[in-house]
Amino acid sequence: MLLFILRRILIAIPTLILVSMFVFALQKLLPGDPILVMAGEDRDPEVIALLREKYHMNEPIVVQYLYWAGDVLRGDLGISLRTNEPVLDLIASKLPVTIQLALMSMVFAFLIGIPAGILSAVRKGTWVDWLANLVALSGLSIPNFWLGIMLILLVSVNLGWLPASGYESPWVDPWKSLTTMIMPAFVLGTALAATLMRHTRSAMLGVLQADYVRTARAKGLRGRVVILKHAFRNAVLPVVTLSALLFGELLAGAVLTEQIFTIPGFGKLIVDAVFNRDYAVVQGVVLCTAVGFIFMNLVADVLYVILNPRLRTAQ
Amino acid sequence: MTIRKLMTALLASVAMTTTAFAADLRIGLQEDPDALDTDQARTFVGRIVFESLCDKLVNITPELEFVPELATSWSWSEDAKTLTMQLREDATFHDGTPFNAEAVVANITRSQTLAESRRKSELSSVETVTATGPFEVQFTLKNPDATLIAQLSDRAGMMLSPTAAAEKGLELANEPVCSGPYKFVERIQQDRIVLEKFAEHYDADSYSFDRVIFLPIPDTTVRLANLRSGDLDMLERLAPSDVAGVQADGNLTFASAISQGYQGITVNVNNGARSETPFGQDARVRRALSLAIDREVINQVVFEGTYAAGNQPFPPNSPFYDQTNPVEARDVDAAKALLAEAGVERIAVEIQAANNPVQLQLMQVIQAMAAEAGFDISIKATEFATMLQEQTAGNYDATQVGWSGRTDPDGNIHAFMTCEGGLNDSKFCSPEVDTLLNEARSAIDPAVRKEKYDAANAILREELPIIYLYHQTWLWAMSNKVKGFTAYPDGMIRLSGVTME
Repeated sequence: MLLFILRRILIAIPTLILVSMFVFALQKLLPGDPILVMAGEDRDPEVIALLREKYHMNEPIVVQYLYWAGDVLRGDLGISLRTNEPVLDLIASKLPVTIQLALMSMVFAFLIGIPAGILSAVRKGTWVDWLANLVALSGLSIPNFWLGIMLILLVSVNLGWLPASGYESPWVDPWKSLTTMIMPAFVLGTALAATLMRHTRSAMLGVLQADYVRTARAKGLRGRVVILKHAFRNAVLPVVTLSALLFGELLAGAVLTEQIFTIPGFGKLIVDAVFNRDYAVVQGVVLCTAVGFIFMNLVADVLYVILNPRLRTAQ
Repeated sequence: MTIRKLMTALLASVAMTTTAFAADLRIGLQEDPDALDTDQARTFVGRIVFESLCDKLVNITPELEFVPELATSWSWSEDAKTLTMQLREDATFHDGTPFNAEAVVANITRSQTLAESRRKSELSSVETVTATGPFEVQFTLKNPDATLIAQLSDRAGMMLSPTAAAEKGLELANEPVCSGPYKFVERIQQDRIVLEKFAEHYDADSYSFDRVIFLPIPDTTVRLANLRSGDLDMLERLAPSDVAGVQADGNLTFASAISQGYQGITVNVNNGARSETPFGQDARVRRALSLAIDREVINQVVFEGTYAAGNQPFPPNSPFYDQTNPVEARDVDAAKALLAEAGVERIAVEIQAANNPVQLQLMQVIQAMAAEAGFDISIKATEFATMLQEQTAGNYDATQVGWSGRTDPDGNIHAFMTCEGGLNDSKFCSPEVDTLLNEARSAIDPAVRKEKYDAANAILREELPIIYLYHQTWLWAMSNKVKGFTAYPDGMIRLSGVTME
């Protein structure tokens, strides 16, 4: 197992290098001169010349990349071109926010998606199935930003139950942190729940027709035991992989949801950085996100092996 | 405990956590400010934070007159090349460093010499600045510069603690130290900026809040929802489409002031090959487009009647606005006649516009109006940074773009309309206009300046390198518990005398 993990980590290194090169090149393809943006409305020529020099914008793109990569190897991701804050500090302050939002969204996704998937598989073709499908379809097709604004208007403005937007760290004020995160986590969670529900349903349908499930029923086991212990345990495999990948995606930040609820996470950071042509921040965040995504892939593989004994011997 | 009781208790505690201390003022901003260093800063929104954080040498009134802040009085020499300022003796920086003439010298020197300073062009006329007494400074100028007082009423005149500036260098942006009524506590990027009351401020009694919290919330709907739910006490840049709703809401009040800036269509008249079209070369064609546009209709349709129609670089509330040449009425026949005179029947023009719903709606209205006169306008929706680059490179026919505006009229016209102006992307060049604008810059007497600007604008009205369209209005909404707020044309939020019931 350890060997397996090590091998996967080694494979990740060239992936990360490729990702960073790709993003660097893509950013340079973006029209719009970052120095013009940074120089401000007045566009003082002296300032422009100085900034070009300072950020190596006069050099060929390969040299610019090497400057950046060299700094990264020394553990320096540079400073934000917009605010002078070190990119590493920025990432360190946003990552916990994004992880908290991702975790809470996954909780909502699991709570809604998995029971709905099981129910609709077991009650296939009945109104329960139809209802679950309707909910899933709505979760997928209602845009996050619309649902977000509707929730704010209903829950915060009309009912006054939860803060409309903003963020508080759980270490500072756990209760406020929870109340500010519930709505965005729910909005993100419903969309994920739909995907989870569909996958759980189809996996359950496959398993429910298997011979061993019929045997279990024939033995006279209670329906609930058959479904949860025998069928679901085996149907859960693809769901685990999917969840890990969904979680990885969440780490890239939920751009629209963070924008609506003004949550200072990765999504907001990267969008603002792209519009401000804050290259250092974009590079740093993408690199960090790639690491997170690769890590979650690894977690999915490891979980797969743990959950499925057949794969263990194959290792 | 029954379920219902439990729910009630839960909801009550939720409600309690959402109401902050009464002594806090929470202000919703449209964007997250950039570097909080008055020398490095470049955004409008950053100035709103500086207004509470940093004192300036000079302040303005809502009528755009200059009044003392850190400087108690000032006088010009006969040749208008020396400005002498008397300074307050009771001001202190947040770190305890005393404010005096030496501090002013250190600040002006930093603004002029710091490599990353964005203030250099604003202070370019200043040759030297010297402390001529413990509380008296003298600016010696290379040439007479009437705009200097206005520059000193903005970021160039904001005073940073010289001790902190020397110690922290560029890092000062992450922990600014000024002498304003509020001092810096913390900043979480894209989330909040917290300031707390500076008890040693010379005018501390005029400031009633213990803390001021700025919360950047870019979405206008969400910003307003936060105000309605009580999570904000005040917001800036309310969307014009929300004004009616705010006015109808008994819990909210509304304030507005016409801004110092303008929006218009910048035409490529001389910036490379793409200027070589009848639109770029023949002023009659540009006048025809201007005549084809009904600016009042634009204001009603796109901005709910909250903005001000415009035809000059200066807004109607500016003392330099030319009252004798108000906005012309739309005249399609006159526009057609001008086009015929120029030998054009129909003409295709591509206009770049910022890729946001409001600017695009504006352009669609203009497109429809201009079509009736003979213009086939194609709108090129472009992301802002790209638009700017295309414009400086001359790769455009025309751009719908604007300027945030400056207190001194020079800031709205000189860099755009002089041959060598740094922001002259249309590359319009007229020696006559250059002379007038340079003279207006160096004349100290406002009446003389007004004459020069009127003369320059008369030429520009014929040439139209920029077709002015409208002046934005700053719109604020706040809880009706907030009392004593005064709207200023510079869009700033001045908290002196503002209280909460």
